[in-house]
Amino acid sequence: MMSAALVEVLYLVAAVCFIIGLKRLGSPATAVNGNRLSGAGMLIAIVVTLVDRSIVSYTVIAAGLVVGSALGLWMAKAVRMTAMPQMVALLNGFGGASSLLVGGAEFLRSELTGQQLALDTSITIQLSLLIGAVTLTGSLVAYAKLQELLSGRPITFPGLQALNAALFLTIAGLSVYQVLTPDSILWPFYAVCALSLVLGVLLVIPIGGADMPVVISLLNSYSGIAAAMTGFVIRNDVLIISGALVGSSGIILSQIMCKAMNRSLTNVLFGAFGGGGGAAGTARSAEGLTVRQVTADDAAVQLAYARSVIVIPGYGLAVAQAQHLVRELADLIEKRGGEVRYAIHPVAGRMPGHMNVLLAEANVPYDKLFDMDAINGEFERADVALVIGANDVVNPAARTDPGSPIYGMPILNADHARSIIVLKRGMGSGFAGIENDLFYDPKTAMLFGDAKGSLTALVSEIKAVA
Amino acid sequence: MAEALIAGIVIFTLATFLGVELINRVPTTLHTPLMSGANAISGITVVGAIIVAGGGHGWISTVLGFLAVVLAMMNVVGGYAVTDRMLQMFRRKPEAP
Repeated sequence: MMSAALVEVLYLVAAVCFIIGLKRLGSPATAVNGNRLSGAGMLIAIVVTLVDRSIVSYTVIAAGLVVGSALGLWMAKAVRMTAMPQMVALLNGFGGASSLLVGGAEFLRSELTGQQLALDTSITIQLSLLIGAVTLTGSLVAYAKLQELLSGRPITFPGLQALNAALFLTIAGLSVYQVLTPDSILWPFYAVCALSLVLGVLLVIPIGGADMPVVISLLNSYSGIAAAMTGFVIRNDVLIISGALVGSSGIILSQIMCKAMNRSLTNVLFGAFGGGGGAAGTARSAEGLTVRQVTADDAAVQLAYARSVIVIPGYGLAVAQAQHLVRELADLIEKRGGEVRYAIHPVAGRMPGHMNVLLAEANVPYDKLFDMDAINGEFERADVALVIGANDVVNPAARTDPGSPIYGMPILNADHARSIIVLKRGMGSGFAGIENDLFYDPKTAMLFGDAKGSLTALVSEIKAVA
Repeated sequence: MAEALIAGIVIFTLATFLGVELINRVPTTLHTPLMSGANAISGITVVGAIIVAGGGHGWISTVLGFLAVVLAMMNVVGGYAVTDRMLQMFRRKPEAP
């Protein structure tokens, strides 16, 4: 047992570690350090808890710590960098589940022992049940969509939003009833848990796959808030502080992503975007237009003699696991005297910064990666814009067609380049479910095939160019 | 009790504003590791889970607590480890030409 003051001080140290850790995550040079500092804070919090609180049985805890750590470590080692958004979703769901279980256990303990809970504890327990459960099932649905276990298309039906509102009100009503009723009854508790789990599913299924990162970020925020609620339940400041930090970080990141897509958060959450029909129906149809197809050797010649190439990597590149091939291709072009740069759209990949991670994994130096604002002026001087598996982020309709659902979204000006080569699987539309005028541009040549196959062909053809 | 609640709300509000300030300064390049790193922090519920699991409050609390510890630890360790893995790639020096 430690003195109460020492315990509080150590928890404070843990919270400070989280804060400084997050601050250091702000620059590539200090980020590794920052993350480890934050981890050290977590270790302090865990050790203090183990030593201090009236823990009577360590066996169960030790078993839990070991099993959880081993599974977590295994997941972190096994996951592929392309699957990072799913991974975050899944881990986030676990965090939510933990909050739900802690809230549930505290509630059952007081009910079964006939102990009266204080009003505020009682309220925060209800909140941690609701938020924890929504985070759990919402994250699992997000995981399933990103892992393609579920269709990425929005799944919705008439009256879904009304149903959700009704569910939420029912949960709120049951919670209030549970808090206010002095009797030892359990059914409202079970109902709150069950309905909240259902609500989590129904909130996320109508959201399209492309918007999942926003959802994950928002659910991350919820899991932070759930942790803070747990902090209120067990009266622990470090939980409240770190929960609030995570809560605000999730909200901010969601907003940044929405801004990059020129959409509002409400539109993302309730718009069922990318469902085909609806808003997408107003986009111009591409009927009657033709695309120009090239073979790999023609495209290779074009790239081999280009002085300046800007690569626009998209999610298709990541799916094909072809980032190493892009690096190889870039090396070959550079060896021939051309310059290769990468234009990274804020939502390239499947979450912000995802493409940076994937290219870093392929050893692309990060001084060759350019943000949208830094590179958009450079396209006019580029000989080739090489679009690999990107679609909506290079669609000029975002600039020119007020009827398009993506109108107003900031895009990469690939169409300003002297020529454009698009590597694409087929003529399917992007996540937004709309036609891309860029593909019908006379300057554009399409090289069909999966990114990996096309890039392999390009690499060997360039080697063959004398 | 009410005082403790108010103090909690004050801390929560201030920490929220602090979080906004911290996150707004992180460049897009690092948003993915930031998300997974912040996610790991939300595994702090492990503290609550430990208290519930080890409190000796009967088997229901112990079982639920055990599960909560496992899940929260997956969140914590998985989150930190995968963030570290990503950040290592950023730190790697570009190879000499």
